[in-house]
Amino acid sequence: MIEIKDIYKSFGQNEVLKGISGKFEAGVTNLIIGGSGSGKTTLLKCMIGLHTPEHGSVEYDGREFTKMSFEERIEIRKEIGMLFQGSALFDSMTVEENIMFPLNMFTEQARSEKLDRVNFCLERVNLEGKNKLFPAELSGGMKKRVGIARAIAMNPKYLFCDEPNSGLDPKTSIVIDELIKEITEEYNTTTIVVTHDMNSVMGIGDYIMFLHEGKKFWEGSNKEIAHTDIAELNDFVFASRFMKAAKKNF
Amino acid sequence: MNFTNFGKYILLLKAVFRKPEKFKIYLKAIFQQMDFIGVGSLGLISIISTFIGAVMTLQIAFQLVSDFIPKTIIGSVTRDSSILELSPTISAIVLAGKIGSAISSEIGTMRVTEQIDALEIMGINSPGYLILPKIIAGITMVPLLVIIAMVLSITGGFIGGTLSGAISAAGYIQGITTDFNPYTITVALVKAFVFGFIITSVPAYEGFYVKGGALEVAQASTRAVVVSCITILACDYIVTQLLL
Repeated sequence: MIEIKDIYKSFGQNEVLKGISGKFEAGVTNLIIGGSGSGKTTLLKCMIGLHTPEHGSVEYDGREFTKMSFEERIEIRKEIGMLFQGSALFDSMTVEENIMFPLNMFTEQARSEKLDRVNFCLERVNLEGKNKLFPAELSGGMKKRVGIARAIAMNPKYLFCDEPNSGLDPKTSIVIDELIKEITEEYNTTTIVVTHDMNSVMGIGDYIMFLHEGKKFWEGSNKEIAHTDIAELNDFVFASRFMKAAKKNF
Repeated sequence: MNFTNFGKYILLLKAVFRKPEKFKIYLKAIFQQMDFIGVGSLGLISIISTFIGAVMTLQIAFQLVSDFIPKTIIGSVTRDSSILELSPTISAIVLAGKIGSAISSEIGTMRVTEQIDALEIMGINSPGYLILPKIIAGITMVPLLVIIAMVLSITGGFIGGTLSGAISAAGYIQGITTDFNPYTITVALVKAFVFGFIITSVPAYEGFYVKGGALEVAQASTRAVVVSCITILACDYIVTQLLL
């Protein structure tokens, strides 16, 4: 479980996060949603230590991450897997080398063991046999899947996904969403997905935190999200014509 | 480089020299960088050094019009200029353009495509992993390249001088072997060591703190070359002042 308490973060005069608290449980898919500029990616970066919040704390199963030194954080970071918006695969490495990279850095396994793990991860994301391809040779959806394979290579306890569906077609988006949900349930990971994709919200949102202008406006599940009377949330959820039409069925 | 940038540069270097996570992986990266910086620049440095030596010999011969000065002095001046100044400094400036821009673009692109964030989230000391192998390769390979540049520059002087008839082969050889002070090699190698550090660390700094996209990466790359060249010239003066 990850718990955040009263997180504040500013960039110069621009106050991006204004006291956000919440709990993200293991084994369920936790979504942070909100419009552009609502602070969701900044919150994610505060949680993983890429930004330092001015106030507040982030706890990983009771271990306070924000107060840890660089060396102390390494132990927690070994338990974190992350899927980036742009996949962030290492260009100069093949798919196999990308997935093997954390194993090379942090384990003493034999090469054959590491290769088995790589092949298992690739199989898990339905990319068997793509070991020797370079990121430039992959489609957007394949890059995301390799990103997931790299994220799960070290058996992470915590999985973070930043806009996993951005730039993908609806069909591939569903594949990625389902993969994230399956991995979360299979390995009991604490999964946090930052998204503004309503398909993801309705499909895999076990727990949803809605941010608006740097504040937490609402939290609940995908079964509850369509039945609130919060104007800001309804504006977000029913912004598309499809969702407006679907509202009649809720 | 203002004081804020200098402070950030020092802090980055502090992070660069943290204990590596796994020395074996760093060692592999060091050899790759040695190949890129050393072997990859050999052709360019060879061509430039040979021509500079040849041109320098012709110009010295052109300026030596007095009959009271022996022609052998052309060889001596070519030798000392090549060893003390031209080989280390010109090589460093050329390498700052070739290697510096590549380092800055590589690290800058990794920054804007979140590859550096990915390293950090994995628990890897990204400055150490990305920059330390480059610095070690720079401080070892640039002195080696400078030694090659010295030899080729003096050889170029021989070829240029004898082909043009500015000096005889025997006269040139007598010139380069007369009153040779081996300490000049030490000074040149100290310069090469310092330049190797600058050529790798300054562009790495510029690339590491890039914010934005392709345009900013290109700007950082240009800035890396300009700042490296100025720093090389300033350090050239300081090292010369201290050692000679």
